[in-house]
Amino acid sequence: MFFPLAGKLIPWFSLLAGAFALSGLYVAFFVAPTDAQQGEAYRIIFIHVPAAWMSMFLYLVMAGWAAVGLVLNTRLSGMMASALAPTGALFTFVALWSGSLWGRPTWGTWWVWDARLTSELILLFLYLGFIALKSAIPDPSRADRAGAVLALLGVVNVPVIYFSVQWWNTLHQGASVSLTRAPSMAMTMLAGMLLMALAAWMYSIAATLSRLRAIILERERDLEWVQLQSGSLRTAP
Amino acid sequence: MGAAFGLVVARELRLALRRKGEALNVLVFFVVVASLFPFGVGPEPAMLQAMAAGVVWVAALLAAIVSMPRLFAADLADGTLEQLAASPHPLAVIVGAKVAAHWLLTGLPLALVAPLLGLQYGLPADALGVLVAALLLGTPVLSLLGAAGAALTLGVRGGGALLALLVLPLFVPVLVFGAGAVGAALSGINPGPHLSLLGAVLAVSCLVGPWAACAALRVALD
Repeated sequence: MFFPLAGKLIPWFSLLAGAFALSGLYVAFFVAPTDAQQGEAYRIIFIHVPAAWMSMFLYLVMAGWAAVGLVLNTRLSGMMASALAPTGALFTFVALWSGSLWGRPTWGTWWVWDARLTSELILLFLYLGFIALKSAIPDPSRADRAGAVLALLGVVNVPVIYFSVQWWNTLHQGASVSLTRAPSMAMTMLAGMLLMALAAWMYSIAATLSRLRAIILERERDLEWVQLQSGSLRTAP
Repeated sequence: MGAAFGLVVARELRLALRRKGEALNVLVFFVVVASLFPFGVGPEPAMLQAMAAGVVWVAALLAAIVSMPRLFAADLADGTLEQLAASPHPLAVIVGAKVAAHWLLTGLPLALVAPLLGLQYGLPADALGVLVAALLLGTPVLSLLGAAGAALTLGVRGGGALLALLVLPLFVPVLVFGAGAVGAALSGINPGPHLSLLGAVLAVSCLVGPWAACAALRVALD
């Protein structure tokens, strides 16, 4: 069964998340050099970029699970999608918030209505809509399928965010990291960012799994093993 | 299949004719919302001209949202929807017909009234033409994607606000390209690319909207 496995995995992923975050923050603050143009302000990158990556990636994963649930009618995939949504929304919010804090010293403004910022904001709305729709439908299997349809409708937005800096002229800089060419930043900066990205990954996995366990317990509360687990069966006469 | 499409469209139109107020209310809502902005921002002609397209489009989006909940609700309440779903014709065709009728009743009148609002905002004649063309291309998208949202929120408590939360983010491309086309015309650039993109959005919505609405309707009818 998936439930105990998830329970065993959560502490490990949490530990890894903590370790990566600590080492990433160490590199970010003590090893990485000061940026020639932006000074110390650029260090927000170590939060901003991993959060932005995760916000898009988690939406894709969520939509993927939603599609699996819609096609194969498996119950766990719907729960998986619901478990992913709050973490994705959190990272989207963090990406927007840190970006705003970064924009103030470098661009001189908290917010500009350019393509990347607005499309990321729409991503946040999509997450919120997904969560709202799920919570508005009381029947879990209906909620899963309705949410799946909505998640798939919204998936168009992710490539728009990702390519927005190439398609439109914008204040937001282009990608500094790519798989096909050498990164346009110092090695230690890249290392710090990747460590923080790994930390974000591990955190997402841990948070999603523990939320998933809670959802499983809530939905299967009438089954014997759940009642044994929570101890409510023992107190019953 | 074509006959079924025609019959559903005719039924929707006949129903709307019996309750003329509903479609008319949406149109009046559109005009009222668009007329509110000059009160809020002041009557300077240059500023009003610059924001005209955005205001008209936002009003159109809101009008579409307001008209949406009724698309399936009445049919669900009296059981017609289950009969339609049980018919031998594909549900997508029936949904497509309902969307087409919805557009004829809300989107089309709205596009026809829009030049009047544009005049109030001081848009020049060529920009008015572009505004109508953009609305004619864009409002079907609102009906198509809105139908998916209406089907998703069918029978859900507090459906109206939820519908807006679900669908408005999906409407953003229409708003951007629709208002962009008029903006391009105003600044003397060819609005063609914006209109082409709107057409592309419409093509994708024709593919995706009925599918999503059907999937959501089957969930609601379970």
